[in-house]
Amino acid sequence: MTRDAHALPGVEPDAGKLGMWAFLASEVLFFGGLFVAYLYGRTHWPQGWSGASRHTDVVLGTVNTAVLLTSSALVALGAAAPARRLSARLLWSTAALGVLFLAIKGVEWHAEWRDGLVPGVDFALADTPGAEEFFALYFVMTGLHGVHMLLGIALLAVLATGARRDRPWAQARQVEVAALYWHFVDVVWIFLYPLLYLVSRHG
Amino acid sequence: MSASYLTDGLTIRSWLATTDHKRIAILYAIAITGFFFVGGAAATIIRLELATPAGDLVGHDTYNKLFTAHGVIMVWLFLIPSIPSVLGNFLLPLMIGASDLAFPRINLLSWYLYVAGGLVTLAALFLGGVDTGWTFYTPYSTMFSNTWVTLVLVGVFITGFSSIATGVNFIVTLHALRAPGLTWFKLPLFAWAIYATSLILVLATPVLAITTLLVVAERLFQVGIFDPAFGGDPLLFQHLFWFYSHPAVYVMVLPAMGVVSEVLPCFARRPVFGYRAMAWAILGIASVGFLVWGHHMFVSGQSPAASLAFSLLSFIVAIPSAIKVFNWTATLYKGAIRFDAPMLYALGFVGLFTIGGLTGLFLASLTLDVHLTDTYFVVAHFHYIMVGGAVMAYFAGLHFWWPKATGRMYHELWSRIAAVLVFVGFNLTFFPQFLLGAQGMPRRYHTYPPEFQVLNLFSSAGAGVLAIGYLMPLAYFAWSLLRGAKAGDNPFAATGIEWQTRSPPPTHNFEIPPFVPPRPYDYDAQESGPASGLEVKP
Amino acid sequence: MTTGAWHLLGPQASTAAARTDALFLAMLLLCGAVAAGLCTLVVVFSIRYRRGANVDRTPPRDATRLEVAWTLTPLVIFFGIFAWSAHDYVGEQRPPPGALPVTVVAKQWMWKLQHREGRREINELHVPRGEPVVLTMSSEDAIHSFFVPAFRLKQDVLPGRWTRLWFTATEAGEFPLFCAEYCGTEHSRMIGRIVVMPPADFGRWLRSGPAQPSRAQYGFALFRQLGCSGCHDARSTIHAPLLDGIAGRTVHLADGRSVVADDQYLRDSILVPEKDIVAGFAPVMPSFAGQVGEEDLDALVEYLHSTGSP
Repeated sequence: MTRDAHALPGVEPDAGKLGMWAFLASEVLFFGGLFVAYLYGRTHWPQGWSGASRHTDVVLGTVNTAVLLTSSALVALGAAAPARRLSARLLWSTAALGVLFLAIKGVEWHAEWRDGLVPGVDFALADTPGAEEFFALYFVMTGLHGVHMLLGIALLAVLATGARRDRPWAQARQVEVAALYWHFVDVVWIFLYPLLYLVSRHG
Repeated sequence: MSASYLTDGLTIRSWLATTDHKRIAILYAIAITGFFFVGGAAATIIRLELATPAGDLVGHDTYNKLFTAHGVIMVWLFLIPSIPSVLGNFLLPLMIGASDLAFPRINLLSWYLYVAGGLVTLAALFLGGVDTGWTFYTPYSTMFSNTWVTLVLVGVFITGFSSIATGVNFIVTLHALRAPGLTWFKLPLFAWAIYATSLILVLATPVLAITTLLVVAERLFQVGIFDPAFGGDPLLFQHLFWFYSHPAVYVMVLPAMGVVSEVLPCFARRPVFGYRAMAWAILGIASVGFLVWGHHMFVSGQSPAASLAFSLLSFIVAIPSAIKVFNWTATLYKGAIRFDAPMLYALGFVGLFTIGGLTGLFLASLTLDVHLTDTYFVVAHFHYIMVGGAVMAYFAGLHFWWPKATGRMYHELWSRIAAVLVFVGFNLTFFPQFLLGAQGMPRRYHTYPPEFQVLNLFSSAGAGVLAIGYLMPLAYFAWSLLRGAKAGDNPFAATGIEWQTRSPPPTHNFEIPPFVPPRPYDYDAQESGPASGLEVKP
Repeated sequence: MTTGAWHLLGPQASTAAARTDALFLAMLLLCGAVAAGLCTLVVVFSIRYRRGANVDRTPPRDATRLEVAWTLTPLVIFFGIFAWSAHDYVGEQRPPPGALPVTVVAKQWMWKLQHREGRREINELHVPRGEPVVLTMSSEDAIHSFFVPAFRLKQDVLPGRWTRLWFTATEAGEFPLFCAEYCGTEHSRMIGRIVVMPPADFGRWLRSGPAQPSRAQYGFALFRQLGCSGCHDARSTIHAPLLDGIAGRTVHLADGRSVVADDQYLRDSILVPEKDIVAGFAPVMPSFAGQVGEEDLDALVEYLHSTGSP
């Protein structure tokens, strides 16, 4: 994408990576707004918040965290792999783990729907103030995270296909940029996990 | 006509699938002009209604939908994208000696996102409209308004991605694609302004995105984030909303300041006074601008401590703007000043932005704001900055770079008449509104007590003059495209790198690598007569 | 009638207005001078240095000192303006003790007001001249804003919480009241007036209205009618906290926290009783959300304030 001479000879600023960092900055502010709403809820309804968070499935949530961390390791290896075929396999593995993550999330959501934890008319914890708001935020945060995961999986699948065929647009440079995105989605989950699953678990 | 980006492909498809930043800029210009006149039509009906105290032209609900439409369209579909997406897109690569932006296909995507968002927004307006005001305060917007709120917020959400994409593109372009030798402090101030604006776009727009999502969730699922009936807090909405919307006004005004910093030196034949201070002031405005959002909420019920902090910070953010105004004025000193249309608009900007900025100080003062907030004083204040400032600078830029972009000149006399009409009409329309606000006329009022009529009548009359001033360029720009005199490469003898290539430029901008001047704005007022290179017009 | 800043601001009818107008005038003169000065310079330079004029154009030397001067001077002036307005603003936030309390409830699209003694008004507020009045305001629906231009005062009125505004009227007469926060269809018709009367006339007016219970009396009636006294009474078989003198007292909660029983706490205890359970009591109190409107809530709280210390 960079076709022209650069400001200083010998230094080639990687436009793709810089662009991804700039985009990730906007994503931080995007999820940041939700974390502000979470903080607000936590201070406004402390009992309801911690009470509601005990109803999330901490086992599945922990499994998912392990899945995602593993996938980040795989995508980092995939970006560093010089051989395109090895890189492609690692990217497919990462995508597969991403799909597994979403499947487990789907199981969690289904269970929560079955237990009446979806905000709305038949909300099971309606007597606890703040519980409904907690679960509203839970679904919005994990939902948005899931959307980002889907986009990441699609991106990795496309790159994996291109890397397998050694396409010029699927070289190490581009995979690195995609890996950056994947790591970010992982980092968001690392913040979401303790806030949604671990708060007041000890109590 | 010799080959240029305009002749490089003559089918509609070559335009709609282009990745040439110059063509994308023109696509934006066409869309933005369309939205400007829709928003202007809403304003026309509003001013017609407000000429009399009674609500005799339209009903209450229609009026409320009109001022909402006017705000939503003008803020998100006109002011935010105008200078960055039209002038920034066209000029940034040319100003730095590059052949395109860093991500040309994302640039095209940003236009499609903008058009899609704009069409969804318009659909909401045509389906029946929205009556919440462009600020969508809760719980009115989440619980009590039975209009197309969700749809219009979806439109705004989509348009926001256009802003983010544009911002990312500009940031990377400036970091990665500057010509060899073109260091940061040799960049024209317009480039600095676009850079700072892009930082704001990338960091502030996502907060708007999440806010619109939460309002939609509240409307559809009654979750209780903003609704006190379920334990929510309406002030949380205001904080989230203004955290974006205050920096957004700097998105609107910083590029305008950048344009003025290009036009003034050219037509005064002097370098900008205090270049470094101007560059730092741009960054200062962008960063401190993130810290003042609470000055929209002094009477909202937020704590007095918060109000005190936001008031102090609001005074601080005014300092870099003041520096810029002083420096522009000093740029004129010992110049050799010409009064071409771009210069008339730029000088108009300096005067009107000064008045708008000074009235901002009134609003930053806590007790004055307690009286003046939510009155026509605020309406006048922001129109002085947005219209007297940003729109005039947009017009200055359109007129300054028109010859470069089209290869044609426009009719000089008509363009100057239009500029004067806009200046006079603008002041007639909006100055009386300061007085209305000081006397206590609240904003967003469909009907008003009769003692406010005289000033309202002046304001409506002024709007008529303003409208004529805005319509005239449609005529003489169209004429210029069909019959205008051919422009040379540099009809105004300006110093920017963009003027080193042909008018209009070839698709890849530069046939030979351009020369990077050792300093920007290398103008000399003491150069006499024809040596300045200004062409004789027929 | 006093008006502010050469009639630019209209009638000036409160103590706050006098102070605000002084600052407004100072700002007008200062900003007017700056605007006039800058515009004059632009015009003078434009004429004197127009292209073709035969004047000396040797470029000026470095002007760093000038730049520093026009950075620091505005900064100092701005701090001065901030300090002046901050001082007045802090004063506007503190109602004097003994101010006449009035409850205001805003709803689409009207103002409902009630004096402590019980007299109610719609879209009108009678007050005595020269005595401080404090408004405690809340909304039944959207956000509204109580704006009296002649007093130079404005305060948003929110649903779900109370905001406060105090003033001392200085002139007798009638002054417009506007809603200043867009609230829907008839926002521009949500207009009323403040009627300022000499204190003796006000006293007469207050006593002459239809005989009404004071807010605290009405609150006591509600306390019985809604069944609160069934549990919150020393003779009750249900174990519930006794509420005499509760207002302003420190309360120890079941989760270990201690809070002061301010108006928001009292309000929440009625609407959302599970929110803060008092230590040593079971969470059995039902919620009265939906059964008590804003005015009833205010009356109940007023009654609780009146129970004094045990």
